[in-house]
Amino acid sequence: MSKDMSYAAVMARRPEIMKNSAGLDFSKFESGSIAFDYERMMKEAGFTIEEIQKIQSEHGVGNTPIIELRNLTALARKIAPQGKGARIFIKDEASNASGSFKARRASTAVYQAKKLGYKGVVTATSGNYGAAVASQAAMHGLKCIVVQECYDSRGVGQPEIIEKARKCEALGAEVVQLSVGPELFYTFLTILEETGYFNASLYTPYAIAGVETLGYEIAMQFREKFGKDPEVVIATNAGGGNLTGTARGLRKAGAQSKVFAASVDLSGLHMASDTQFNKKSFTTGHTGFGMPFSTWPDRSDVPRSAARPLRYIERYLTVHQGEVFYITEALASLEGLEKGPAGNTALTAAFALAQELDQDEMIVVQETEYTGAGKHIQPQLSFARENGIEIKFGDPKDEVPGKNIILPSHPSLIKANDADLVHMRKSLIKNALANYNVRPTEADLEFLAKETNSDLEFVKKAIAEL
Amino acid sequence: MVKKGEWVLIHRNVLEPSERAPQVPDDTKKVPLELWVKGYLQEDANIGDEVTVLTRTKRIEKGTLLEVNPYYKHDFGKFVPELITISDQVKEIVFGGADNE
Repeated sequence: MSKDMSYAAVMARRPEIMKNSAGLDFSKFESGSIAFDYERMMKEAGFTIEEIQKIQSEHGVGNTPIIELRNLTALARKIAPQGKGARIFIKDEASNASGSFKARRASTAVYQAKKLGYKGVVTATSGNYGAAVASQAAMHGLKCIVVQECYDSRGVGQPEIIEKARKCEALGAEVVQLSVGPELFYTFLTILEETGYFNASLYTPYAIAGVETLGYEIAMQFREKFGKDPEVVIATNAGGGNLTGTARGLRKAGAQSKVFAASVDLSGLHMASDTQFNKKSFTTGHTGFGMPFSTWPDRSDVPRSAARPLRYIERYLTVHQGEVFYITEALASLEGLEKGPAGNTALTAAFALAQELDQDEMIVVQETEYTGAGKHIQPQLSFARENGIEIKFGDPKDEVPGKNIILPSHPSLIKANDADLVHMRKSLIKNALANYNVRPTEADLEFLAKETNSDLEFVKKAIAEL
Repeated sequence: MVKKGEWVLIHRNVLEPSERAPQVPDDTKKVPLELWVKGYLQEDANIGDEVTVLTRTKRIEKGTLLEVNPYYKHDFGKFVPELITISDQVKEIVFGGADNE
């Protein structure tokens, strides 16, 4: 008898499909209520830093260079108050095997798949993670399927996503492309069920543990070069794994660096909307992912996400699309570095933040990504213009996502805006209570305090306000 | 006529508008969820025919035949003059002035 392949039937088989494809029984970390043992999950299912370093060094990943951006720092100092203008650095993650930090995440996930005896890996991503999984799968001789959200109903695709599909195919993967919609997850489940392959999710403990080396390396590299940890590490934030892994790695190194998140402000655009899909000029690193994933991490494609960014974020900075384009051009013109869009979101926030900090302080933007056709400011802006987005110089604070892109008429107009972290913490608590629909236990309250990097008093007050 | 064994692109609807997930926004609910995948054609066919392909991971997929030897057409887009303006501006602020003329 053939299986019922309707949307509802496949979604109902989700727990079974996920369990078979994850090689991990998440239920053993559960409390039966809101709380689960996050640290135990990371310890038992993750890897030690030494294990990850070994896996990564054997597969073209890690030990990426730190580059000081002296001219961009000089630009910040020209417009900063006297004595301000912290030194800005980037960690050149584009030099990883697949051209982005995602190689770290894929290295451990694919290693685990091979170790557990799976014949192939499947991943649902429109981002650099697809190429990262394809690259690592090629090295391990595993089959690879990447499921992408790519086109709107007119068949028009985001140039950046099309480039990522090309790269996945170049690295030997099968790419399944879909039109806009959250039912990508449905298709993903049907492929997992059909193939019996490993779910190389971005959000497993393996994947997040793979990023811990990034934070760890930053601490080691700065201690060796400058004899101290950087004051601030900024991560572009979408699903939260980049930031979570980096922050955990910094902590494992004993670093005191503050960890800030940065996202492009795309407020007002609906991520699952067919007509708005091609009105945005950023496919990731934006608030459309960053906000929902921060305030409810378990919306991901595993039962419990290992990416839990609100545990680590000390400030959440948002920037506008036009500002990121400006800084990307400045990076090429002043530093001779042509990089893809992802890390430049954090770099834009760093440029603004540097002007608040003293000149002897150091800020690290912890990633860069490769660039190429489609995945570059020129095609991004050209595509926006073709889709009716007005591009002009002015004050970026007037930018309306989906309507215009305002390039700053002067770099002094580039500002990083603080998102309301208190509100985000309360949202997470509200989401947890709504999703589990239980009366929170003492363990739940303590868990929520950790989840929100707050304390019991804050959690109790937030619940009382609901 | 496209020969069996050629590398092709096919298309099919995964979910019709009536089958879409409840949480999907209204504009997306009006259109089907579509899928594109590539593979080796399993029988001689014409563009527009319903066909079967064998994908890179040896999966069987069915759909409408769209293209033979599909290739990527993305590029660096049309010239965006604003980028030169930004380049000139940042260079002028950092390195500009009479000393550099």
